[in-house]
Amino acid sequence: MAKHKRSLMIKLGILTLITLLSITFYVFWDINFKILHYQLPSRLTRIWAMILMAIAIGVSTTLFQTISRNRILTPSIMGLDAAYLFIQTLLVFIFGATSQAMMNTHLNFFIAMISLVTFTMFLFGYMFNKTAQSIFKLLLIGVILGTLFQSLASFVQILINPDDFLILQNTMFASFNAIQSELLIISTVIIALLVIVIYIYYLPYLDVMGLGRDHAINLGVEYDKIVKQLLFIVAILVSVSTALVGPITFLGLLIVNLAHEFIKSHKHSHILYTTILFGILSLIGAQSIVQYIMQQETEISVLINFIGGIYFIFLIIKESRS
Amino acid sequence: MSKSIAILSITLLVLSIISIFVGVVSLNPNDILSLDDSQLNVLLSSRLPRTFSIIIAGMSLSLCGLIMQQLTQNKFVAPTTAGTMDFAKLGIIISLMFFPEANLLLKLLFASVLALLGTSVFIQIIQKVKFKDIVFVPLVGIMLGNVISSLGTYIALKSNSIQSIGSWFQGDFSIVTSGRYEILFITIPLLIIAGLYANQFTIAGMGESFSVNLGLNYQRIVQIGLLITSIITAVVVVTVGMLPFLGLIVPNIVSLYRGDSIRNTLAHVALTGAILVMICDIIGRIVIFPYEIAIGLVIGVVGSVVFLIMILRSRKGFGEA
Repeated sequence: MAKHKRSLMIKLGILTLITLLSITFYVFWDINFKILHYQLPSRLTRIWAMILMAIAIGVSTTLFQTISRNRILTPSIMGLDAAYLFIQTLLVFIFGATSQAMMNTHLNFFIAMISLVTFTMFLFGYMFNKTAQSIFKLLLIGVILGTLFQSLASFVQILINPDDFLILQNTMFASFNAIQSELLIISTVIIALLVIVIYIYYLPYLDVMGLGRDHAINLGVEYDKIVKQLLFIVAILVSVSTALVGPITFLGLLIVNLAHEFIKSHKHSHILYTTILFGILSLIGAQSIVQYIMQQETEISVLINFIGGIYFIFLIIKESRS
Repeated sequence: MSKSIAILSITLLVLSIISIFVGVVSLNPNDILSLDDSQLNVLLSSRLPRTFSIIIAGMSLSLCGLIMQQLTQNKFVAPTTAGTMDFAKLGIIISLMFFPEANLLLKLLFASVLALLGTSVFIQIIQKVKFKDIVFVPLVGIMLGNVISSLGTYIALKSNSIQSIGSWFQGDFSIVTSGRYEILFITIPLLIIAGLYANQFTIAGMGESFSVNLGLNYQRIVQIGLLITSIITAVVVVTVGMLPFLGLIVPNIVSLYRGDSIRNTLAHVALTGAILVMICDIIGRIVIFPYEIAIGLVIGVVGSVVFLIMILRSRKGFGEA
């Protein structure tokens, strides 16, 4: 046991080191000292957003998978990203792009978040309460809901006038190139608060909940209540990350599974930490490929969704065999 | 000809007539006999091609779905949920990028080959999987389609044509004019072949061992089915774009009241498909008149809602082969 624990610590140490090195490299690689005052802040903003994104997506996916007790479910695949875009579109449609609801970053952020949280509680609360739902069925429902929201959003987008549409369009692609600094600050505050709450209050419950509803209830956990609270947190984290950068569907799936393969531990304290590190690494990796190798010819979400999509197919085939 | 087919045919006819007279340039049923030149031009080069292509696309895609559902023994399989559409789209994108000079038929051939290849890969994957959950199969197909479509997006982004390609593939009948829609007629002989094989498809739908027992060359029937559906899908994607979930929902709606034998449902599926597309297209044209909403979106909304209801209603027994 002690030996196992030591090898785990070594693994985590190495991973932490690699992550720190990658961050340093990303910030300072090939930096031009003549335009340092421009380059450095823009790179720091990007890396800051990446770290936030990794935390938000890593933590929300881990929580979601613990609740659903399944490795292939993520909030994004369940259509939450698309729901966010639909809400934004509706806001523009109802109030107009130059209204307070769109122009006031904080107001917009909170409106979107509240609607998304309501939606999540309604939908997933209903789904998880129904016992004996096939996991594939749940996934398919999520995927189709995603398509539905996308179609609805595009449907409404056509009704919006072109000027308003341009403003809306900024929210539709994941990109680290144009981060709103106002959102960066408020996202940091929200994510930090949630992570602290999770570490202090929920961490002890999570490992027990991973055993399943019956075991958890036997062990004295108020299961249904905590599931609701956790779904609430998941919804907030998803909307924060989508508002900040945009949707990257398969990122969560990719990093949580990589983390599980890497440390082979079921302790949430380890899993959460490793997932976040893998999130930072994948984002830096993908962003560097997009920036340096592909010369900005593609979007980071295209790259991650391509790799993540193949990995997802592999996972569900593996799951169906076990 | 049964009573229900007569009702469906009359409905389709009425809708077709409505479809011909809906549009920016006003055509009136009253002065159909005394049209001026420009009105005649609109009628011949736009309205009629549009109405015909709606009927052909709606019929052929619905029948594709019916055939695919029989062959895979899964009610949730169709060109959208097997990745066929996305493969066809990728084929077109690649041919546009790498041999833009080639004529449309060559591009179409390339897209069909890719659609066939992709669908075969999908069939291979689901045959390898022992445990066949009814919803598992479309899940794999949709994801495969997503991966393929992100590859297409990558190529399109690389060549800076994401916008034109995006609007091209969004199912839309307003781009259908004479000179372009004739290619849809390729599907007619294919549909006739499909009709001739209807019984074989029904038998193949009872499973490989069962059909071999009845002396059917199972693999060949599957190949013929895939060939027909891939070419039809490619043709529709090229001429009108993506019509999501159409092939999925129409056969399911029909089988609710007609049962599962292809022979009994063929005509119903074709007519219902054409009617559904016609209704969606008319809705798309009326909502923001004089502009219009692409039918791909209308069908996307209608189709995903119907599909969701189908999944939610599916218990053991329903839709399970």
